[in-house]
This record gives sequence, C-alpha cells and structure tokens, in this order.
Amino acid sequence: MEKVYINSIGSISAQKTFDNNDFLEEITTYEDNIIPVIEPNYKDFIPPAAARRMAKGIKMGVVASKIALEEANLTDIDAIITGTGMGCVRDSEKFVTAILDNNEQFLTPTSFIQSTHNTVAGQIALGIGCKGYNFTYVHSSVSFESALIDALMQLELKEAENILVGGVDESGEHTNAIHKLIQHIKPEKINSNELLNSKTAGAVFGEGANFFVLSNKKQDSSYAQVLGVKTFNTLAISDLLANLEAYLKENNLSATDIDVLISGNNGDIDYDNYYTELTNGPFKNTQQVVYKHLSGEFNTASAFGFWLGAKILKTQQIPSAVAINTIKTKGFEIVLLYNQYRGKNHSFTLLRRC
Amino acid sequence: MSTGVAITGMGIISAIGNNVAENYSSLLEGRTGISHISKIDTVHKGSIMVGEIEFTNAELEAKLGLSTNNNYSRTALLGAIAAKEAIADAKITNIKAYRTGLISSTSVGGMDMTEKFYYDYLESEDNRRYIEGHHAGDSTEKIAEQLGIDQSLVTTISTACSSAANAIMFGARLIKTGKLDRVIVGGADCLSKFTINGFKTLMILSDSYNTPFDENRKGLNLGEAAAYLVLESEFLVKKEKKKVLGYVVGYGNANDAYHQTASSENGDGATLAMEKALAVAGLEPKDIDYINAHGTATGNNDLSEGRALIRVFGEDVPEFSSTKAYTGHTLAAAGAIEAVYAILSLQNNIIYPNLNFKTPMKEFSLIPQTTLKEKALNTVLSNSLGFGGNCSTLIFSK
Amino acid sequence: MSDLKQELKEKIITQLNLEDIAIDEIADNDSLFGDGLGLDSIDALELIVMLDKDYGIKLTDPKEGKKIFESIEVMANYIAQHRTK
Repeated sequence: MEKVYINSIGSISAQKTFDNNDFLEEITTYEDNIIPVIEPNYKDFIPPAAARRMAKGIKMGVVASKIALEEANLTDIDAIITGTGMGCVRDSEKFVTAILDNNEQFLTPTSFIQSTHNTVAGQIALGIGCKGYNFTYVHSSVSFESALIDALMQLELKEAENILVGGVDESGEHTNAIHKLIQHIKPEKINSNELLNSKTAGAVFGEGANFFVLSNKKQDSSYAQVLGVKTFNTLAISDLLANLEAYLKENNLSATDIDVLISGNNGDIDYDNYYTELTNGPFKNTQQVVYKHLSGEFNTASAFGFWLGAKILKTQQIPSAVAINTIKTKGFEIVLLYNQYRGKNHSFTLLRRC
Repeated sequence: MSTGVAITGMGIISAIGNNVAENYSSLLEGRTGISHISKIDTVHKGSIMVGEIEFTNAELEAKLGLSTNNNYSRTALLGAIAAKEAIADAKITNIKAYRTGLISSTSVGGMDMTEKFYYDYLESEDNRRYIEGHHAGDSTEKIAEQLGIDQSLVTTISTACSSAANAIMFGARLIKTGKLDRVIVGGADCLSKFTINGFKTLMILSDSYNTPFDENRKGLNLGEAAAYLVLESEFLVKKEKKKVLGYVVGYGNANDAYHQTASSENGDGATLAMEKALAVAGLEPKDIDYINAHGTATGNNDLSEGRALIRVFGEDVPEFSSTKAYTGHTLAAAGAIEAVYAILSLQNNIIYPNLNFKTPMKEFSLIPQTTLKEKALNTVLSNSLGFGGNCSTLIFSK
Repeated sequence: MSDLKQELKEKIITQLNLEDIAIDEIADNDSLFGDGLGLDSIDALELIVMLDKDYGIKLTDPKEGKKIFESIEVMANYIAQHRTK
C-alpha cells in the first residue's frame, strides 16, 4: 500500500487563512451566533464571466481548490472529491422561496442548477477541464471524511496519483433562522473566546471551504502523511474509548503515541461530553487543540481541523489561539482528530509528520 | 475477467411496482408508471406527467410501523422500504454479525417537507421536527436505523442523476479493498415541487410520455423511486453459502467538464466512463450483451449518450434500451433502479423494450430494442449521466 | 423603441449578473451569445422567463430563443411585435 501525503492546502474560513504563508497570526474574534468567512478577493482568482453566476459556496470552493492546486504546482488532477453537508444552500433557499412566493410561476433555472450538491465539484472540474473521477459526499459531519476515505483508497492502491479533496459549506439565512428555532444554534450571541466554555445548548454556525491535494508522491510542499480515517454513524459515549483504542491499534498506535489531539468540540453543552471522554481520559496529558471557536460549526468544519493538523505538522508550531494546554511545544509527530456532530457521525483521523 | 463483487439481495419501489417482483412483471408487460401528477400539491397537477408511487406517506409509515410524530421525509420512507426488501432478499438475519455499511444517495433528501413547512416553521412549532430531516444524509441515517446498522461506515453520495450508480461503485470498492464485509448500496428520491419546477425551468420536461432515443423526443418525465442492493465479499459468500444474484464487475466515473447541466455533443464523459468500466471488468466492448442506457429522452442526453455508445462500441452496438419510459427519470435513485433491472435481465435472459420509440434519430442509425427479447445474457452495462458532467457506468455479470 | 432597448440592456445586466458591464458597452447590434456578450444556454432560459414575466410572451421551445436573442435590436423588435403586456 502506498503512503498518502497532504501535498498542499487551500482554506477559506472565518479566519484569514487563504494565504498559505500565514498561520493564525492574527485572530478575528466574533461576538455572534453565526459567523461568516473572511473572503479573499474572488476576482483575483476567477474571471468575471465565470464568476457571475457562482454562489458563494462555489466561489469559496473554486478559490480554495485553486490555492491548493497552485501550491501543489498542478494544473490538472486525477480526481476531484468533495464533501458538503448542505451544498449551495442559499440557492436552495432562493429556489424554494421563488416557488412559494410566485406560486410556481416565472421560475428561472440558475438557482435550481446551483442547488445541486455536486455543483462545486462540477464547477472545479469545468474550470480546469478535469475529466477524471468526480464525487460528492453529503453526509452531515462525515461528508469530508467520506471524501477522504474514497481518496485514500484510490491513492493507496495507486489508482490515482493526485486527488483534490475538499469540504465546503456556505451558510444560508433561512437555514440559520430555523436552526435557531430548534436551538441547534445558540440563542445568545457569544464571544469566540468564551464559546467553548459556554455551558449552553447549541453551536455557533459558520461556513468555509478547505481543500487539499492528496498524493502518493511526496514533494517539497508536503505537509503531512495521512495515516487513515474512520467514521461511525452512531457511537454511544460508553463505546467511544474502546472504539478509539481499537482504531489506534489497527494503526499500531496507542494513546501515548499521540502528540496532538485536535477536538471538534463546539461549545454545545449537550454534546461536548463526547470530547471530554478523551480530553479528561487517555489524552489528559496530551497536547490538546481546538478550532471551532475560530471556524464556527458546519457540516465540513472538520476539514478546517484537518487543515489545522496539516499546518501544525508542517510548521511544528501550535498557535496560542488553538492550544488548550501547553504539554508539548515541539517534536509533533502524530496528530489525532476526533469530531462528531450532535452525538452522531463520528470520525477519527490520523496524521503523521513527513 | 475479474470476479467482481457479489450481489446477494435487492429491493425496489418505483412507479411500476412496490417490490422486485412487481417491477419485473411491469417490465415484462410493458406497463408504464407515467401519468399526470395526482398526489403532489402543485399547480402542475393534472398537466405535468410523472412516475408516482401509489402509496401515500401515511401508508408507507404504517408499513414501517412508525409513530405519528416521526420526521421521515418521503425519500427516507421509500428508501427504508426498498432497503428492507434487499436485506430480506439477502436473507440477512443478524446485521451486526459482520462489518456492514450503508452507502445511500439522494438529490432532494428531505426537500418535500422543507418546501411544505418552509414558512410554517417560522410561525408554528408543530412541524419543526422535520427541520433536522432536510439534509441529504438524514434519509440515509434513518435507513441505517431501520436496518439496525450502527457504529459503522454510513454515508451519502449526491452527484445528481448518477448518484446511485456512484453509491454502488463506492460500495463495491469498499468490499474489494476489504474495508467492509457487506454493504447496502443504492439511492432514493421522492418527487417534490422543487425538482418538478426545477426541471421545468430547464425546459426539458416532456408534456407527454417520454420517448427515449426517438427523433421527436420532447424531454423527460420525472419519477420517484428507491432501490438498494446488498453487496458481499467473496469470503462471506463462501462462508455463508450465499445465493449470488449477480456480480458488479466493472465501474467507472468520469466528468464531461463541458457545461453545468448539459452533456457534451460527443459524449466525452460517457465514453470515458464506459471505457473505464470495461477496463476494470477486464472486458472488451464485444463482451457486453445488453446496455441499459441512461436514455432520459431529452434532446441533449440521448444524442450525447448515443454518440458515446458509437464511440465505444463502433458499428456493433449491442441491444440497448432505456427503461425511463416505464419509471420516469428517478434522479439520484436511477442508477440503483436500473441496477436491479440489469440483474433481473441477467437472471431471466430478458431484454426490456424501449417503450414509445417510433422514429430513429437523424444523427445516427442507432435503434433501441423495442420489443421484449429473450437472449442469453452474461454481461449488462448500465449508464447513469448527470448534471455537473457526472458520468457513470456499471457492468454486471452472471 | 430606444426606451425598450435601454430597458432590455438594464434587465440583462441585472438579471444575468453582468456586473462588470456598463449599459453603454452593449451596442444594439452586438451579438448577445458566443463571441459577443458571451451569454450561454442557461442565460437563454433566464431570458425566456423574462419574456414571459415582463412582456407576456411565452416560448415553449428553447431553440426559438436562439433567434430572438440574437441582439438587443432583434430582441426589441420581437418584443414590440409580440408583447401582450
């Protein structure tokens, strides 16, 4: 089996992450329950004629993928695999609103076309003329990890050499409004620095696009090696540690081998107890890192966690904004990511320094 | 030729039948499921033609034994019915006995409920339980729950009209690489105002019965459906002495990279997908005995797909037909519906007629099979082509 | 007629998100598709809805649009002749 490397990254998030030379030096703090991305100047990346019909999610995805392709020094790629929980949700909302408000009359196609979940992957392919494999996974908080599993299988078996993998989700007004009603979004606005200790129900919703070139050929730009990823549709809290230990064992690892634990806790008091099983348990004395106070929660937020893990391993630095403790300050070899959303769709991802 | 991945069970619900047996008899009798919209609350009731499933949501809920305060979208209801039939067909009694996953697919997900309660959610608490049922993964989660699949690999693919073919492809690869012992693969899509109006804006809906590969074709009819296959590893088939219905031997996905919705005139993507699938199967074009074409009956699809068939098969295109005239275009489910039909073809050595065909297209001399035909079949190729240039081919064998 | 042409240019720019194009950059006889303004088949569908909604003209075959949307000049003439509102 071939080893798989993260050869490049491209990130658009609620922090200024679109410049790969930066690493969370400047932190933007929010006082809200919904946070937007900090956008690059899209015109620097997409010609106006191509951009005019693009939804925000498409622009984010296309630009993040361009940044990643450029860093990997590639103009074409063997496959494009994306994850998105909601697709271009703004266009879905726009089309539903038009249907209801105009009693199904005078509807135009653009928002319908863009609402299709595979629009971002299709547009990336169209933009670079990539006729290769093109898949989109749409399964809540394991959308991105499903894309990773697919890419790893192809790279490990040498069916492909370079694969563009990414997670993208945009935030939509109506979707946010109704998720406030059912308290999936916190009712109160909250400062990002206090979010993860908030002791209230619900999350702060965000959006973002995080893309990576994965390859079975290591190169100068490589960030890390991907050891593996595993997902679980359900996992009772009482079964969490046993499953994690079994997964580590499959990779000939144990909890003490993990240098950095990146947790996906989002400040939702009802579900963050999954993470404390790890952080107060076998990883109590491990360097711990968090990120959703910076990115917000969205179905592919874990791709931002993946970005963070890649950055930590390449730079061998942990920005103070994401460090929970200071157990370890150098010599980061192995990173474990754990994520779930509302107690479902759990994932473990393992990265190694390369 | 590769041995492929064994199919040990299948289940289906569509406009031409509520299970595998009913679907097969409709196929044999040439009975279409297309009629004017009668069940969906839309201004297009009585004018636009679609393939509706006869059961109401309440009837489907009763079949599944759901409580009245459930939050199943129609997509989830249809999916659960078909997936349960597949499990029963595969004679699986203990789903937890082996590493079993679920790869489903959908394009609309819970949109039927979202469009119904969109403004109501803001005013009243009554139906807010459906808010969580909107996202595409929700129907998959519910199907997993119905089947008792937990602590496992469960995910959803959405690549428009090729979704279920891609779910089958991904599932087959998970078995081949030993990541799972068993996987349920397929797709579900219900009809909704969203898709009916969406396709109407693209002006590719026929105002009559769809006529695949006909010179005077006027567009597609939408349909609702769900279908699932059970795929099992060779090890498991031997160990459990399972009856094998057929094998997934080839698969390929490629992108047309031509246009957001339309297919390229030369069918680049479809050609590449068929070539890849043949290569994976280790087969030559001459080895294919029957092609279940995507054949949506839009001007663009049938021309593009037809040209791709000629590019791959040359002058000797084997018998081919589209079954969209029976079921309508069932979007994300189509690839799984047609996989079930392909397996039934192989089991019974039967080629289904391409209904409603009268006049050959002027661009080429391709003529689909228009009558029910008996032929010894060893391999069937099935195409699924979608928006975003997404082209997929599956090859099944005895 | 020149009012109608002006109106069409404004509508095309807003409806089709041609934010980088000014009204006076579109000449009456410029071709709207292909090498001209660069509109495509999805834009044609948008314009068909505009004809219906704003001028009461119903097209059933998207191919008809190709001729009608050749240029602002052709489009304005067609609308002037066929409009019902």
